[in-house]
Amino acid sequence: MLTYILRRFLYSIPVLVATSFLIFTFVSITGDPLGRLRANANITAEQIHAIEHSKNLDKPVIVRYGYWVRDAVTKQFGTTLFGNRKIWPDLKRVMGHTLQFILSAIIISLILGIAIGVYSALRQYSLFDYTATTVSFIGFATPVFWLALMLQVLMVQIFLKWHVRIFYTSGLSSSVNAGHGFHFLLDRVQHLALPVIALCALSTATYSRFMRASMLEVLNSDYVRTARAKGLIERRVVMRHAFRNALIPLVTVVALDFGGLFAGAIVTETIFTLDGMGYYFINSLFSSDPYPVMAWLMVVATMVILFNLIADILYGVFDPRIRYE
Amino acid sequence: MSSEPGVRDQLTIGPPGSQYSMSPPEGPADPSAELTYQYGLEVEARSQWAYARRRFVRHRLALGSLIVLLGIFGCGLFANFIAPYTYQQINLESLSVAPSAKHPFGTDSAGRDSFSRVLYGIRTSARVGVLVGILSTLIGTIIGGFAGFYGGWIDNLLMRLTDLFLTLPLLAVLLVAAKYLGHSTPLKLALLLACLIWTQIARIVRGSFLSLREKEYVEAARAAGAGDVRIMLRHMLPNTIGPIVVSATLTIGTAILLEAVLSFLGFGIEPPTPALGGLLNEGQDQGIDKWWLVTFPGVVIVVIVLCINFIGDGLRDALDPTQRRVRA
Repeated sequence: MLTYILRRFLYSIPVLVATSFLIFTFVSITGDPLGRLRANANITAEQIHAIEHSKNLDKPVIVRYGYWVRDAVTKQFGTTLFGNRKIWPDLKRVMGHTLQFILSAIIISLILGIAIGVYSALRQYSLFDYTATTVSFIGFATPVFWLALMLQVLMVQIFLKWHVRIFYTSGLSSSVNAGHGFHFLLDRVQHLALPVIALCALSTATYSRFMRASMLEVLNSDYVRTARAKGLIERRVVMRHAFRNALIPLVTVVALDFGGLFAGAIVTETIFTLDGMGYYFINSLFSSDPYPVMAWLMVVATMVILFNLIADILYGVFDPRIRYE
Repeated sequence: MSSEPGVRDQLTIGPPGSQYSMSPPEGPADPSAELTYQYGLEVEARSQWAYARRRFVRHRLALGSLIVLLGIFGCGLFANFIAPYTYQQINLESLSVAPSAKHPFGTDSAGRDSFSRVLYGIRTSARVGVLVGILSTLIGTIIGGFAGFYGGWIDNLLMRLTDLFLTLPLLAVLLVAAKYLGHSTPLKLALLLACLIWTQIARIVRGSFLSLREKEYVEAARAAGAGDVRIMLRHMLPNTIGPIVVSATLTIGTAILLEAVLSFLGFGIEPPTPALGGLLNEGQDQGIDKWWLVTFPGVVIVVIVLCINFIGDGLRDALDPTQRRVRA
């Protein structure tokens, strides 16, 4: 087991290196960071060349990749191209906010998805089952950004009609100094509620569908029949024998969904102007600065790989039939 | 599938007792029909396609979705005949009015009729979706086919590329690429999307070709002297057509969703051309209190994608003969 973890861990290093090279090449060839300067008639070609030279932009991609790796390792991703702002402190701050946001979305959709899925499986073809199926199909077809917009519209309409503010529709806190303890928590919840709901919808639909299928499969398996045959009460069969085994494959689904949640964060954070990773990514992209974009992609790739590794290990822990060699 | 004459003749000489004959609808003209007649079997002369069609038509939800989707796409296609106004027609007498009989979806702050703009937006989105569906299916089938048939470096490259897409959110990669293209035409955007989402179809085709390569009839074809290309096109591809058609259909839905996100974030279709995502972007810019501007284009997207998903489901049931699921 330990050797397996170690080997997987070592294997992810070349994967990350290859990923970093590919995305560096991709980001470099697809974007001209000085495009806006070039379009400016007041800046001469010599000045452009001087900037290119000072920022090493005139070197071949492979050399620039070398510089970038050096900066990434020794100087924590270095600085932005424009304004020489340090990348890491900004990225660390937005990462904290986004993880808060994404993890609460994962937890909520897990609880909801498991509950809905299990109940649908136990009452297959019931009214509840059909309703859950229909709602999750609609969930698969709904773009996250539109759901976010509609939630915003709903809150604004409620505020305009009845002058009650249930949730805030933008930002992370109502003031810079949001207070402490309970007030801070309440304020944060009021701000995060809508984005979390928007982000949860798709994941809840996915998890509940998967949980339903997994639960149905387990309920028809031989060991559940054995459990029933030896006279266990139904509740014990469902909770002890079926439910716990049906949960196992969900680990993989959650791990695969993790990368998608970052895509969801890009959209929801932009709409709700949250100071998180997605909003940071869009802003860096708009300013044509390649280095924060690179740093962002690397951090996300690392997190996704790490999360998948954890999921694989957990899978082995939960399911003793899996043997890692 | 039995659309291939050589294979069909062999298939009809089934063992006595096999209930389904795969002879073509022409019946008597086919010599093999006589053979089955001699065995005294009840012959139901239907091709695989006829079975698939029957299964699809029985899938009521899928059939209904197909009709709705054709209706919506038709409205988009004939937008210039149906739409009461053009998409740029400014009417200073009705600025930002809520939905009414005259303007079913309301108007925006320049007095442009939202209903007409949505119709033209459907045209753009449908065009992008269908183009991406065709292009990515072509690219994916060719690359996946070669990877599955020959293995080797193409296969390795394909699998590693897929791994890479698993570590990075697709939307982030798309945004970086779309930023490079700048505001684009539907054709450019479709090319970009197709270049990034063909991998899924390639994986499906690869998997299928890997297993088909070992089948006896491929061996037989090879023994009969068929070349690689002939084997791939005439023997293996027809047997993969089901999964390909299903995933091509679902790809259209994915493409429409991605186009909407990109246009919404301002990296997609250039503004004067209305796209459903772009309309939502404008709606948000013009103030969230004008709810009609952000509601209707979104509802249209949801209905389109919902229909496509149902059609995909129906096609999966119809085209996969091994899976005879009874629908409750």
